[in-house]
Amino acid sequence: MRQRSRKRMIIINRIISYILMIILAIFFLFPLLYMISVSLNPSEIDIVNQMSSIKGFIPTTISIENFKDVFDRMPFQRFLFNSVLIVGTTIIAGLIVNSMMAYGLARFSFKGRKMLVSIIVALIIIPFEAIAIPLLLITNKMGWLDSYQVQIIPFIANPLYIFLLYQFFINFPKDLEEAALIDGAGWFKIYWKIVLPLSRPVLASVAILHFLMQWGSFLWPLMVTRGYTYRPLTVAMQTFFGQAPIYWGDIMAFATMMTIPVIILFIFLQNQFVKSVATTGIK
Amino acid sequence: MNKAEKSRKMSYKQRGLKQALPFLLPASILLFVFLIIPFFFAFYLSFTNTRLISPIPPRFVGFSNYVRMLGDDLFGKALLNNFYFVAIVVPLQTIFALFLAILVNQKIKGSTTFRTIYFLPTVTTMVVVAVIWTFLYHPEGTINAILSFITFGNWEPIDFLSTERIAFPTIMFLSIWQGVGFQMLIFLAGLQEIPESLYEAATIDGANKWKQFIYITLPQLKNTSIFVIISTTILAFKLFDQVYIMTSGGPNYSTYTVMLHIYNQGFRMQNVGYASSLTVIFFLIILGVSLIQRILLREEREVF
Repeated sequence: MRQRSRKRMIIINRIISYILMIILAIFFLFPLLYMISVSLNPSEIDIVNQMSSIKGFIPTTISIENFKDVFDRMPFQRFLFNSVLIVGTTIIAGLIVNSMMAYGLARFSFKGRKMLVSIIVALIIIPFEAIAIPLLLITNKMGWLDSYQVQIIPFIANPLYIFLLYQFFINFPKDLEEAALIDGAGWFKIYWKIVLPLSRPVLASVAILHFLMQWGSFLWPLMVTRGYTYRPLTVAMQTFFGQAPIYWGDIMAFATMMTIPVIILFIFLQNQFVKSVATTGIK
Repeated sequence: MNKAEKSRKMSYKQRGLKQALPFLLPASILLFVFLIIPFFFAFYLSFTNTRLISPIPPRFVGFSNYVRMLGDDLFGKALLNNFYFVAIVVPLQTIFALFLAILVNQKIKGSTTFRTIYFLPTVTTMVVVAVIWTFLYHPEGTINAILSFITFGNWEPIDFLSTERIAFPTIMFLSIWQGVGFQMLIFLAGLQEIPESLYEAATIDGANKWKQFIYITLPQLKNTSIFVIISTTILAFKLFDQVYIMTSGGPNYSTYTVMLHIYNQGFRMQNVGYASSLTVIFFLIILGVSLIQRILLREEREVF
């Protein structure tokens, strides 16, 4: 008897959980689905007139006209290229530079090593926003405004990523490296041929965090880019959005093209993604 | 001493600064030039009247930028707005994130899929999120229609982003929508670290789910919660993208934030000196928040 009522409790609990999870899924998905739906609706009049009804959500005709419009009105491919170039270069250079620093701190003994680690930890606290204005002045003096390097070079080294990698290397067994050293391999060769290949999971985590930060970067490119030439997608999106008259179909097509590749990438890398977010919490 | 042993001994001696330097230099130089110098430069600039582009060389002006800040009503308004944002968003988002984490942490079919869905807004760039929600908040748009539907037509459609008292809560809402997935994952990691045996023991003792939540889950999540609260607070102080795109700080400065003020002063008006003093204060606020985190975490560790 008691067993049965307990079983019923579990089933009721499960049903409530599912109902809640589905309602919440709609809450989180609806705006994104609406973005895609509007992007496929070729009739701007329909979009505006049907905004408030369920009809607005399901376009009567579906076409990729809005996507063509985006390319006609703006050099979208240019912005995409800029974003991919900036983010890609920053991540790759960042992985090398940050992991080298972390390895140097974790595997060598020298005077001031502990202090250097403390400095890295202290630097984590400084948010980019707190240095944006002086950095603007410095890069302006260097003649870097409106360029790729101004969006790449300041963002390669990052104390948080150095620290995450450092913690990984500290707990990483040394045996293989010792063996290689006895065989006469140089430090750099050991780092490149042994350490890096064995650190793929942590490198992936750091790369993902770096990607999220750089891909969404808005304030800095807003300050340092002028024309179309070096502008990334975020600032281009905002400019596109600010142009009158507002064509929601075109805007949502732009937003969709900017978002869907990242979401697909995220779904593929999901497990690594979850881990990398969790590691930032451990700090 | 054989050869292998000899080279092993060498290897320990070799690990000095000279060998480490090539590994340390690239990142050190970059951090020095693009993080440490700008950081200290901000303090220096805050005592000058430097402008972004100016033929006149900058002058040392003492504390006058800081004195000016005291009389800067816009800065005061912006700072109050940031605190308002923190006061609303931090508790709501933290509780919501914990709720989501507990929901998807249940061992039932499909919970991983739901976790993925709840995380999608976080992967979506804030610029895009701001644009989508501007569309949904349209006076004739979806949100007004939903509100009208659930109040049986008694809802007067409003222009959310142009109404002074409503614009900021509106932006808070979408900020929670975008940010909660990230905090959910951090809570999820925390939940999974709680030993199962604690719950088993509690079940044998006859504690119900609610009691288990209060006496096991919450205390075990203390460190995670502190981290979530502090990081949400810091993010709330950095508030810029969504207000810049959706309202530019309006209407009547009701969504104006410290970062918008720094951007306007330092970039638009090119008052680098004054903006730097704002930056210094901004950093001190973040530092204060981080120090509180340290103190709270340390207390926690002394208890156990």
